[in-house]
Amino acid sequence: MESATTNSNASGDLLQRQYWDLKYISGPLLFLGDGGRFATGSIVDVIQENGDVRQGQVLEATKTHAVVQVLQGTQGLDIKNTSVSLKDDAARVSCSIDVIGRRFNGTGEPIDGLPPVVADEERDIQGSSINPVARDAPKDFIETGISSIDAFNTLVRGQKLPIFFGSGMPANQVANMIVQQSATKGDDEQFVVVFGAMGITQREAAYFLRSFDEGGQGSRVVAFINQANDPAIERLFTPRCALTVSEYLAFEHGYQVLTILTDMTNYCDALRQVASAREEIPGRRGYPGYMYTDLSSIYERAGRIRGGKGSVTQIPMLSMPDDDMTHPIPDLTGYITEGQIVLQRSLHRQGVFPPVDVLPSLSRLMNNGIGEGLTRKDHRELANQLYASYAHGRDIKKLMAIVGEDALSDLDRKYLAFTEAFDKELIGQGESRRTIEESLELGWQLLTIIPREELTRINKDLVDRYYSQYMEDGVQSPYLES
Amino acid sequence: MATTETALVGTLSRISGPMIAASGMLGATMGEIVRVGKLGLMGEIIRIDGDTVYAQVFEDTGGMYLGEEVHATGVALAVELGPGLLGSTYDGIQRPLITLQEQSGDFIGRGLTAVALDREKRWAFTPAVEAGAEVRQGDVLGTVQETITITHRVLVPPGMEGKLTSVAPEGEYTVEDTIAEFEDGTKLTMMHRWPVKRPRPIGRKLPSDRPFLTGQRVLDCLFPIAQGGSAIVPGGFGTGKTVVEQTLSKHCDAEIIVYVGCGERGNEMADVLTEFPELTDPNTGESLMNRTILVVNTSNMPVAARDASVYTGITLAEYYRDMGYNVALMADSTSRWAEALREISSRLEEMPGEEGYPTYLAARISEFYERSGRIVCAGKEAETDEPRVGSLTLVGAVSPPGGDFSEPVTQTSLRVAGGLWALDASLAYRRHYPAVNWNRSYSLYFSELDPWFEENAPAGWRDNRQQAVQLMQRDAELQEVVQLVGPDALQDTERLILEVSRMIREVFLQQNAFSDNDAYCSLDKNAGLLRALLDFYEESRKVLEQGVSLNRLLDLPIREDIARLRDVGNNEFAERRDDVVANMRGQLNGLIEKKG
Repeated sequence: MESATTNSNASGDLLQRQYWDLKYISGPLLFLGDGGRFATGSIVDVIQENGDVRQGQVLEATKTHAVVQVLQGTQGLDIKNTSVSLKDDAARVSCSIDVIGRRFNGTGEPIDGLPPVVADEERDIQGSSINPVARDAPKDFIETGISSIDAFNTLVRGQKLPIFFGSGMPANQVANMIVQQSATKGDDEQFVVVFGAMGITQREAAYFLRSFDEGGQGSRVVAFINQANDPAIERLFTPRCALTVSEYLAFEHGYQVLTILTDMTNYCDALRQVASAREEIPGRRGYPGYMYTDLSSIYERAGRIRGGKGSVTQIPMLSMPDDDMTHPIPDLTGYITEGQIVLQRSLHRQGVFPPVDVLPSLSRLMNNGIGEGLTRKDHRELANQLYASYAHGRDIKKLMAIVGEDALSDLDRKYLAFTEAFDKELIGQGESRRTIEESLELGWQLLTIIPREELTRINKDLVDRYYSQYMEDGVQSPYLES
Repeated sequence: MATTETALVGTLSRISGPMIAASGMLGATMGEIVRVGKLGLMGEIIRIDGDTVYAQVFEDTGGMYLGEEVHATGVALAVELGPGLLGSTYDGIQRPLITLQEQSGDFIGRGLTAVALDREKRWAFTPAVEAGAEVRQGDVLGTVQETITITHRVLVPPGMEGKLTSVAPEGEYTVEDTIAEFEDGTKLTMMHRWPVKRPRPIGRKLPSDRPFLTGQRVLDCLFPIAQGGSAIVPGGFGTGKTVVEQTLSKHCDAEIIVYVGCGERGNEMADVLTEFPELTDPNTGESLMNRTILVVNTSNMPVAARDASVYTGITLAEYYRDMGYNVALMADSTSRWAEALREISSRLEEMPGEEGYPTYLAARISEFYERSGRIVCAGKEAETDEPRVGSLTLVGAVSPPGGDFSEPVTQTSLRVAGGLWALDASLAYRRHYPAVNWNRSYSLYFSELDPWFEENAPAGWRDNRQQAVQLMQRDAELQEVVQLVGPDALQDTERLILEVSRMIREVFLQQNAFSDNDAYCSLDKNAGLLRALLDFYEESRKVLEQGVSLNRLLDLPIREDIARLRDVGNNEFAERRDDVVANMRGQLNGLIEKKG
């Protein structure tokens, strides 16, 4: 990060100079007469006649103009009496160990009534790419206490695993459950939650902060909060502030950082707002063509570094407009992140909590984090078998809706019973916390509903050991009767 | 390939994301490399308008001021070719990532320069020609043992020919030491540079007559492509494109693999970098890295370098092809490259084509795929006067938005690629991997490849395949009936087809990339497993004809034994299979006897 840490201020002379040649204002953008004065990415003060100051960032520079995006919006600005002066050569956030436990707004100003943090380092929020050869492959299992994640879509340290949900689904509760219960195995290490909120409501923000406090995590949380009524363009800065602080804590101080970003859909809408003000050619649904690249500059800031202790694990949350997973925001996100946790409306309606639909959910790094020595030897094959059986059962359920229950064979009925128990017991655990062993054992118990010969995804030795245990060795499976 | 230094210096007149403009650049050429600003960021000229040039910059342009200097370099974007490429990991513009880490730490800084090939390392060179020999492009000057398994043939670079006045004796040389000299005084080293956007010259193209074997049952059996052919792997997110590309890199029968990670995940590359050195090459038993070159430009690395990375990758692949090797290029993902083209095009304010992609997208993609092929290499192998044959097989992943194949990148690639391995989200959801949709995928190479399979694969290869395809086709039809009226309406023989198709899907088409015994499947096991399933079908049908009910048949324990054949290693397979098939016949006959 050398390039980001040097020359935190441009020369004093430039800082003082005010420019009055505003030419054009459109949406959140402001056009100045000469592009030669500011470097792209610089932060400027936009000063009104009455002394009010807003912040802007230089997006583009040509000979005839500089384009400045104004974070607080351009409402109330005029061309004649507004001036612009350079503040910093890049957007920065104060990094220090003292940020832990503090609350900031979307651009990193304190909002908890305490004085500003004495910065150890003022870091450029843009960040730099981690050199792929410096990365350490994520492999440490994080036990979230949620069966549908631990057993089927295992989260590992350094992963980026988003939660996709539709409006009205209890995504915040799921995220909070993860925060409260995420104890990694061998947990004597420093753990901290960095919370970046973009455009969420007062109620949601209050829910999170209260839950963090009640769960005893309050002192381990750094929060960057941009609420729904805060300036939209600030949202472009919020996740970057949160991640810059995350990287600082993880890679300078060895913390295990869990970064929650919510709601990425609001972030993307702010991005679209700027793109349309710049009259760029819109891509799908009006979002800019570079949204993949832009999102990757956020999501890719997760991981571990060889030889280092810390990690940044990211859980971005995004609401799918109209529950549509092919909408550009979840679509592009899924292409960058290492899997996704998808919440399902019909499970939610049935009162299943957490309503995770395991079929479209996925953790790409699962195989790195499970198996002998990490979780349990039978984990992978058991999960594959449960998946296959559950998918088959769901097909039968669909078929039953068409042809009626009478047309089903005995085997079909067993699969049906299995699928229902799966939803109700394994997925629908409620607020309780399950260890990975408990989740896996429950999985085996459910498998006893279907005949042993069907378990071809699991190695015979493992079937002998576990299936028999639940069928024959006296451990009662509660589902045998159904 | 002009190499003269020019003193052309312009000034920066516009900065817009990854695109810059500079004035005062009259005389600069299209495709020329420029160094931009105080940091000397590398860029490539993509438009010329009077004395103003527009360039795509391969690094982040933040923090630059208008008026900074822009230097023309007089050369096009080129890669260094010579011994030392294998086992390396480069970024999109062929800077070794290890060197960048030494220079700027764990995060990539800006304006760094690094040479691709180690200048200090000495290679043991064995000459293959003597002074006085007449040589031309592509002729072998000598050899270097680059890795345990790969002999690097040092070739006369393209465009050069003449009489050699001297050839270095056997000994150790660096890539910059002179190893031969022409009459006109031109010195040859083991290294040369080649502009990435120009295909390297070849002798002539050859028809492909042998398959590119992947060790994946569904691909080798149902959709094989030829060595020197090309295939695309489109699929929505989570369908396993990257796992397919990585699995092929591990198990395919190419001698050299160039893996281009273009606009993809950093953690995946970390996985590859951790895993590959520990894995062994199935052909040679040596470390997989000995045959692999990685070109890595993750999604958060500069967007313009994605364009460079695919060309860098294919040029490295062509270089080894020219030595007479069978090379495979894995490009993951070509959609990210297309998006980079779109982004730059939009900054240039070009009139967009379909979905905002530039109108030249189709031309770029087809030029790229046409660089694959099986060829007679330029030049002659000096000792034998026999032409060398090499091949470049290209497998490109495509990431269609929303998993919808009607989008431009998938459709354009389909027009040029010879194989389609379509990945299907509904298969991936049920963890059917590889999630290759057997109804949607195709291969155009059957007519070329069937003679080879006839000769080299286990007997009955083609008939087995056809029988399986017919069964799956019949299954698809019957599934429609079942969806309407339920399985009860079907006769036992038809329900048998449903059951056997399910077994084919679960036992044969699925393959566990993470299982030691199943990850790689030999042709013998491939054929043997399918035959066992088809035998089960045929024998079961006979049993049904004897009046035995299907339910009794399906209760037989043999079904589980057949399913578990999948997990038997390639070496033990034949024996185990014979046992299982014999056992199966026994159990089925038992049903008839009980009845009688």
